[in-house]
Amino acid sequence: MRKGFSERKCPMKFTINGEEHELPATTVADLLLLLEYEGEWLATAVNGELVHGADRARHRLSESDRIEILSPMQGG
Amino acid sequence: MPQFYGTDMRSRLLLGTARYPSPAILAEAVRRSRTDIVTVSLRRETAGGRQGGAFFELIRELGVRVLPNTAGCHSVSEAVLTAKMAREVFATDWIKLEVIGHHDTLQPDVFGLVEAARILTGEGFEVFPYTTDDLVVAERLLAAGCQVLMPWCAPIGSAMGPQNLAALRAMRAEFPDVPLIVDAGIGRPSHAATVMELGYDAVLLNTAVAGADDPAAMAEAFAAAIEAGHMAHGAGMLEPRDMAVPSTPVIGKAVFS
Repeated sequence: MRKGFSERKCPMKFTINGEEHELPATTVADLLLLLEYEGEWLATAVNGELVHGADRARHRLSESDRIEILSPMQGG
Repeated sequence: MPQFYGTDMRSRLLLGTARYPSPAILAEAVRRSRTDIVTVSLRRETAGGRQGGAFFELIRELGVRVLPNTAGCHSVSEAVLTAKMAREVFATDWIKLEVIGHHDTLQPDVFGLVEAARILTGEGFEVFPYTTDDLVVAERLLAAGCQVLMPWCAPIGSAMGPQNLAALRAMRAEFPDVPLIVDAGIGRPSHAATVMELGYDAVLLNTAVAGADDPAAMAEAFAAAIEAGHMAHGAGMLEPRDMAVPSTPVIGKAVFS
Protein backbone atom coordinates (compact mmCIF):
# COMPACT_ATOMS: atom_id res chain seq x y z
CA MET A 1 0.00 0.00 0.00
CA ARG A 2 1.27 3.46 -0.87
CA LYS A 3 2.06 5.72 2.04
CA GLY A 4 -0.43 8.47 2.72
CA PHE A 5 -3.71 6.66 2.13
CA SER A 6 -6.46 7.44 4.58
CA GLU A 7 -7.96 3.98 4.29
CA ARG A 8 -8.22 1.14 1.84
CA LYS A 9 -11.52 0.38 0.18
CA CYS A 10 -12.82 -1.74 -2.62
CA PRO A 11 -12.21 -0.13 -5.97
CA MET A 12 -14.91 2.25 -7.18
CA LYS A 13 -15.70 3.43 -10.65
CA PHE A 14 -14.90 7.06 -11.43
CA THR A 15 -14.84 9.20 -14.53
CA ILE A 16 -11.54 11.08 -14.43
CA ASN A 17 -10.98 13.72 -17.08
CA GLY A 18 -13.58 12.03 -19.22
CA GLU A 19 -12.17 8.50 -18.90
CA GLU A 20 -13.47 5.57 -16.89
CA HIS A 21 -11.23 4.34 -14.06
CA GLU A 22 -11.67 1.77 -11.30
CA LEU A 23 -9.58 2.69 -8.28
CA PRO A 24 -9.51 2.05 -4.51
CA ALA A 25 -9.53 5.76 -3.64
CA THR A 26 -11.49 7.16 -0.73
CA THR A 27 -10.71 10.85 -1.09
CA VAL A 28 -9.58 13.25 -3.82
CA ALA A 29 -6.13 13.30 -2.25
CA ASP A 30 -5.99 9.47 -2.44
CA LEU A 31 -6.96 9.61 -6.06
CA LEU A 32 -4.17 12.04 -6.94
CA LEU A 33 -1.66 9.85 -5.11
CA LEU A 34 -2.85 6.71 -6.86
CA LEU A 35 -2.68 8.38 -10.25
CA GLU A 36 0.69 9.90 -9.35
CA TYR A 37 -0.48 13.46 -9.91
CA GLU A 38 1.72 16.00 -8.21
CA GLY A 39 2.07 19.77 -8.16
CA GLU A 40 0.67 22.83 -6.45
CA TRP A 41 -0.64 23.99 -9.84
CA LEU A 42 -3.34 21.31 -10.12
CA ALA A 43 -7.02 22.17 -9.77
CA THR A 44 -9.63 19.56 -8.93
CA ALA A 45 -13.40 19.40 -9.24
CA VAL A 46 -15.86 16.66 -8.37
CA ASN A 47 -19.26 16.50 -10.06
CA GLY A 48 -18.94 20.07 -11.28
CA GLU A 49 -17.88 21.57 -7.94
CA LEU A 50 -14.43 22.90 -7.14
CA VAL A 51 -12.52 20.96 -4.49
CA HIS A 52 -9.88 23.25 -3.00
CA GLY A 53 -6.38 21.91 -2.55
CA ALA A 54 -6.79 22.16 1.22
CA ASP A 55 -10.00 20.09 1.12
CA ARG A 56 -8.77 17.18 -1.00
CA ALA A 57 -7.81 14.95 1.93
CA ARG A 58 -11.29 15.15 3.47
CA HIS A 59 -13.41 15.22 0.33
CA ARG A 60 -14.78 11.68 0.21
CA LEU A 61 -15.52 10.14 -3.13
CA SER A 62 -18.59 8.14 -4.12
CA GLU A 63 -19.21 5.57 -6.80
CA SER A 64 -19.57 7.14 -10.28
CA ASP A 65 -18.15 10.52 -9.27
CA ARG A 66 -16.93 12.68 -12.14
CA ILE A 67 -13.53 14.13 -11.38
CA GLU A 68 -11.68 16.80 -13.31
CA ILE A 69 -7.97 17.40 -12.82
CA LEU A 70 -6.80 20.53 -14.61
CA SER A 71 -3.46 22.26 -14.88
CA PRO A 72 -2.06 25.45 -16.47
CA MET A 73 -1.88 25.49 -20.23
CA GLN A 74 -1.18 27.97 -22.99
CA GLY A 75 -4.13 30.22 -23.70
CA GLY A 76 -5.23 33.27 -25.59
CA MET B 1 -0.96 53.82 -18.64
CA PRO B 2 -4.26 52.02 -18.09
CA GLN B 3 -5.51 50.77 -14.78
CA PHE B 4 -7.42 47.51 -14.58
CA TYR B 5 -9.31 46.89 -11.35
CA GLY B 6 -7.07 49.33 -9.52
CA THR B 7 -3.81 47.88 -10.83
CA ASP B 8 -1.52 50.16 -12.85
CA MET B 9 -0.20 48.59 -16.04
CA ARG B 10 3.14 49.19 -17.70
CA SER B 11 1.94 48.24 -21.18
CA ARG B 12 -1.11 48.53 -23.40
CA LEU B 13 -0.57 45.10 -24.89
CA LEU B 14 -1.93 41.90 -23.39
CA LEU B 15 -0.40 38.82 -24.97
CA GLY B 16 -1.80 35.31 -25.29
CA THR B 17 0.51 32.35 -24.72
CA ALA B 18 -0.97 29.78 -27.13
CA ARG B 19 0.33 28.37 -30.40
CA TYR B 20 3.95 29.50 -30.24
CA PRO B 21 6.50 27.28 -31.98
CA SER B 22 8.35 26.68 -28.70
CA PRO B 23 8.41 27.81 -25.05
CA ALA B 24 11.64 29.71 -25.75
CA ILE B 25 10.01 31.68 -28.57
CA LEU B 26 7.01 32.41 -26.36
CA ALA B 27 9.34 33.74 -23.66
CA GLU B 28 11.22 35.91 -26.14
CA ALA B 29 7.97 37.27 -27.60
CA VAL B 30 6.72 38.19 -24.12
CA ARG B 31 9.99 39.97 -23.33
CA ARG B 32 10.09 41.94 -26.58
CA SER B 33 6.39 42.85 -26.35
CA ARG B 34 7.16 44.47 -22.97
CA THR B 35 3.72 43.30 -21.85
CA ASP B 36 3.01 42.79 -18.19
CA ILE B 37 -0.10 40.65 -18.68
CA VAL B 38 -0.28 37.29 -20.40
CA THR B 39 -3.37 35.17 -20.85
CA VAL B 40 -3.29 31.53 -19.81
CA SER B 41 -5.72 28.66 -19.67
CA LEU B 42 -6.52 25.44 -17.86
CA ARG B 43 -6.82 22.06 -19.49
CA ARG B 44 -7.13 18.45 -18.45
CA GLU B 45 -3.76 17.25 -17.21
CA THR B 46 -2.64 13.93 -18.68
CA ALA B 47 0.94 13.70 -17.49
CA GLY B 48 0.53 13.55 -13.73
CA GLY B 49 1.03 17.29 -13.41
CA ARG B 50 4.33 17.52 -15.27
CA GLN B 51 2.94 19.13 -18.41
CA GLY B 52 1.15 21.92 -16.55
CA GLY B 53 4.05 22.25 -14.16
CA ALA B 54 6.52 23.01 -16.94
CA PHE B 55 4.26 25.72 -18.35
CA PHE B 56 3.58 27.11 -14.88
CA GLU B 57 7.32 27.47 -14.25
CA LEU B 58 7.83 29.21 -17.59
CA ILE B 59 5.14 31.76 -16.78
CA ARG B 60 6.55 32.35 -13.30
CA GLU B 61 9.98 33.01 -14.75
CA LEU B 62 8.56 35.64 -17.09
CA GLY B 63 7.58 37.72 -14.07
CA VAL B 64 4.31 38.93 -15.59
CA ARG B 65 0.78 39.02 -14.27
CA VAL B 66 -1.52 36.26 -15.55
CA LEU B 67 -5.04 36.67 -16.84
CA PRO B 68 -6.55 33.17 -16.85
CA ASN B 69 -9.29 32.56 -19.39
CA THR B 70 -12.35 30.35 -19.65
CA ALA B 71 -11.66 29.61 -23.31
CA GLY B 72 -13.79 26.95 -24.89
CA CYS B 73 -16.57 27.15 -22.30
CA HIS B 74 -20.00 27.03 -23.90
CA SER B 75 -22.17 27.27 -20.80
CA VAL B 76 -22.44 29.47 -17.73
CA SER B 77 -21.78 26.59 -15.33
CA GLU B 78 -18.67 25.49 -17.25
CA ALA B 79 -17.30 29.03 -17.33
CA VAL B 80 -17.98 29.63 -13.64
CA LEU B 81 -16.36 26.36 -12.57
CA THR B 82 -13.36 26.97 -14.84
CA ALA B 83 -12.95 30.45 -13.37
CA LYS B 84 -12.98 29.02 -9.84
CA MET B 85 -10.42 26.36 -10.79
CA ALA B 86 -8.25 29.03 -12.43
CA ARG B 87 -8.34 31.15 -9.28
CA GLU B 88 -7.23 28.10 -7.31
CA VAL B 89 -4.26 27.52 -9.60
CA PHE B 90 -3.11 31.02 -10.48
CA ALA B 91 -4.01 32.75 -7.20
CA THR B 92 -5.60 35.74 -8.93
CA ASP B 93 -9.12 37.13 -8.90
CA TRP B 94 -8.71 38.18 -12.53
CA ILE B 95 -10.57 36.14 -15.13
CA LYS B 96 -10.95 36.60 -18.86
CA LEU B 97 -14.52 35.41 -19.16
CA GLU B 98 -15.44 33.63 -22.37
CA VAL B 99 -18.81 31.99 -22.88
CA ILE B 100 -18.77 30.87 -26.48
CA GLY B 101 -22.10 30.88 -28.28
CA HIS B 102 -21.33 29.93 -31.86
CA HIS B 103 -19.05 27.17 -33.12
CA ASP B 104 -17.95 28.79 -36.37
CA THR B 105 -17.50 32.41 -35.37
CA LEU B 106 -16.66 31.78 -31.69
CA GLN B 107 -19.01 34.68 -31.04
CA PRO B 108 -19.73 35.18 -27.35
CA ASP B 109 -23.06 33.96 -25.98
CA VAL B 110 -23.79 37.39 -24.56
CA PHE B 111 -26.74 36.21 -22.47
CA GLY B 112 -24.64 33.55 -20.76
CA LEU B 113 -21.76 36.00 -20.51
CA VAL B 114 -23.79 38.51 -18.51
CA GLU B 115 -25.13 35.79 -16.24
CA ALA B 116 -21.68 34.28 -15.63
CA ALA B 117 -20.23 37.77 -15.04
CA ARG B 118 -22.85 38.47 -12.38
CA ILE B 119 -22.15 35.18 -10.60
CA LEU B 120 -18.38 35.67 -10.70
CA THR B 121 -18.30 39.32 -9.61
CA GLY B 122 -20.55 38.23 -6.73
CA GLU B 123 -17.83 35.78 -5.72
CA GLY B 124 -15.12 38.41 -5.77
CA PHE B 125 -13.78 37.87 -9.26
CA GLU B 126 -12.50 40.77 -11.32
CA VAL B 127 -13.99 39.94 -14.68
CA PHE B 128 -12.57 40.82 -18.10
CA PRO B 129 -15.49 39.86 -20.36
CA TYR B 130 -14.83 38.88 -23.97
CA THR B 131 -17.89 40.44 -25.57
CA THR B 132 -19.26 41.77 -28.82
CA ASP B 133 -19.35 45.46 -29.71
CA ASP B 134 -23.01 45.71 -28.65
CA LEU B 135 -23.68 48.69 -26.37
CA VAL B 136 -26.67 47.14 -24.62
CA VAL B 137 -24.65 44.06 -23.69
CA ALA B 138 -21.87 46.35 -22.51
CA GLU B 139 -24.33 48.16 -20.23
CA ARG B 140 -25.51 44.85 -18.79
CA LEU B 141 -21.94 43.70 -18.17
CA LEU B 142 -21.16 46.91 -16.30
CA ALA B 143 -24.37 46.50 -14.29
CA ALA B 144 -23.24 42.94 -13.51
CA GLY B 145 -20.12 44.35 -11.88
CA CYS B 146 -17.54 44.30 -14.69
CA GLN B 147 -15.16 47.27 -14.58
CA VAL B 148 -13.38 46.44 -17.85
CA LEU B 149 -14.86 45.50 -21.24
CA MET B 150 -13.18 43.51 -23.99
CA PRO B 151 -15.07 43.83 -27.27
CA TRP B 152 -14.02 41.72 -30.22
CA CYS B 153 -13.09 43.42 -33.47
CA ALA B 154 -13.39 40.25 -35.58
CA PRO B 155 -13.69 36.52 -34.90
CA ILE B 156 -10.94 34.95 -32.74
CA GLY B 157 -7.89 33.99 -34.76
CA SER B 158 -9.33 35.36 -38.01
CA ALA B 159 -6.74 38.17 -38.43
CA MET B 160 -9.44 40.14 -40.24
CA GLY B 161 -8.89 43.31 -38.22
CA PRO B 162 -11.61 45.71 -37.10
CA GLN B 163 -14.84 44.88 -38.95
CA ASN B 164 -17.04 47.56 -37.43
CA LEU B 165 -15.15 50.72 -36.65
CA ALA B 166 -18.36 52.66 -36.12
CA ALA B 167 -19.42 50.26 -33.37
CA LEU B 168 -16.03 50.41 -31.67
CA ARG B 169 -16.07 54.20 -31.90
CA ALA B 170 -19.57 54.29 -30.39
CA MET B 171 -18.48 52.08 -27.52
CA ARG B 172 -15.55 54.34 -26.74
CA ALA B 173 -17.83 57.39 -26.80
CA GLU B 174 -20.50 55.71 -24.68
CA PHE B 175 -18.12 54.58 -21.93
CA PRO B 176 -15.39 57.22 -21.73
CA ASP B 177 -14.25 56.16 -18.26
CA VAL B 178 -14.36 52.36 -18.61
CA PRO B 179 -11.08 50.64 -19.53
CA LEU B 180 -11.71 49.12 -22.97
CA ILE B 181 -9.51 46.41 -24.45
CA VAL B 182 -9.98 45.21 -28.02
CA ASP B 183 -9.78 41.44 -27.89
CA ALA B 184 -9.78 39.03 -30.81
CA GLY B 185 -9.47 39.40 -34.54
CA ILE B 186 -6.38 41.62 -34.77
CA GLY B 187 -4.11 40.39 -37.57
CA ARG B 188 -1.43 42.99 -38.05
CA PRO B 189 0.10 45.98 -36.27
CA SER B 190 -1.86 48.46 -38.40
CA HIS B 191 -5.10 46.92 -37.06
CA ALA B 192 -3.87 47.46 -33.52
CA ALA B 193 -2.84 51.03 -34.30
CA THR B 194 -6.28 51.68 -35.81
CA VAL B 195 -8.20 50.64 -32.72
CA MET B 196 -5.78 52.50 -30.47
CA GLU B 197 -6.36 55.62 -32.58
CA LEU B 198 -10.03 55.31 -31.60
CA GLY B 199 -8.97 55.80 -28.00
CA TYR B 200 -9.00 52.21 -26.77
CA ASP B 201 -6.91 51.54 -23.68
CA ALA B 202 -5.25 48.32 -24.76
CA VAL B 203 -5.24 45.41 -27.18
CA LEU B 204 -5.24 41.68 -26.46
CA LEU B 205 -3.46 39.56 -29.06
CA ASN B 206 -2.35 36.02 -29.54
CA THR B 207 -2.45 34.37 -32.95
CA ALA B 208 -1.14 37.39 -34.85
CA VAL B 209 2.09 37.16 -32.86
CA ALA B 210 2.31 33.40 -32.29
CA GLY B 211 1.59 32.62 -35.94
CA ALA B 212 4.09 35.10 -37.40
CA ASP B 213 7.28 33.84 -39.02
CA ASP B 214 9.23 35.62 -36.29
CA PRO B 215 6.89 35.91 -33.29
CA ALA B 216 9.33 37.88 -31.14
CA ALA B 217 9.87 40.54 -33.82
CA MET B 218 6.13 40.70 -34.42
CA ALA B 219 5.51 41.17 -30.70
CA GLU B 220 7.83 44.17 -30.76
CA ALA B 221 6.15 45.52 -33.89
CA PHE B 222 2.75 45.30 -32.20
CA ALA B 223 4.06 47.05 -29.11
CA ALA B 224 5.31 49.93 -31.26
CA ALA B 225 2.06 50.13 -33.25
CA ILE B 226 -0.05 50.17 -30.09
CA GLU B 227 2.01 52.98 -28.61
CA ALA B 228 1.87 54.90 -31.91
CA GLY B 229 -1.91 54.56 -32.09
CA HIS B 230 -2.26 55.64 -28.48
CA MET B 231 -0.02 58.68 -28.98
CA ALA B 232 -1.89 59.64 -32.13
CA HIS B 233 -5.21 59.51 -30.31
CA GLY B 234 -3.83 61.77 -27.61
CA ALA B 235 -2.37 64.15 -30.16
CA GLY B 236 -5.71 64.67 -31.94
CA MET B 237 -6.00 63.64 -35.56
CA LEU B 238 -7.35 65.46 -38.60
CA GLU B 239 -10.77 64.43 -39.80
CA PRO B 240 -10.87 63.34 -43.45
CA ARG B 241 -12.47 65.72 -45.95
CA ASP B 242 -13.65 65.40 -49.53
CA MET B 243 -11.64 68.17 -51.18
CA ALA B 244 -7.93 68.91 -51.39
CA VAL B 245 -6.36 71.53 -49.15
CA PRO B 246 -2.92 72.82 -50.22
CA SER B 247 -0.38 72.20 -47.51
CA THR B 248 2.03 74.81 -48.87
CA PRO B 249 0.89 78.41 -48.41
CA VAL B 250 -0.44 79.98 -51.63
CA ILE B 251 0.42 83.52 -50.56
CA GLY B 252 3.79 84.66 -51.92
CA LYS B 253 3.90 82.15 -54.71
CA ALA B 254 5.96 83.39 -57.71
CA VAL B 255 4.11 84.04 -60.94
CA PHE B 256 6.16 82.93 -63.97
CA SER B 257 3.76 83.54 -66.79
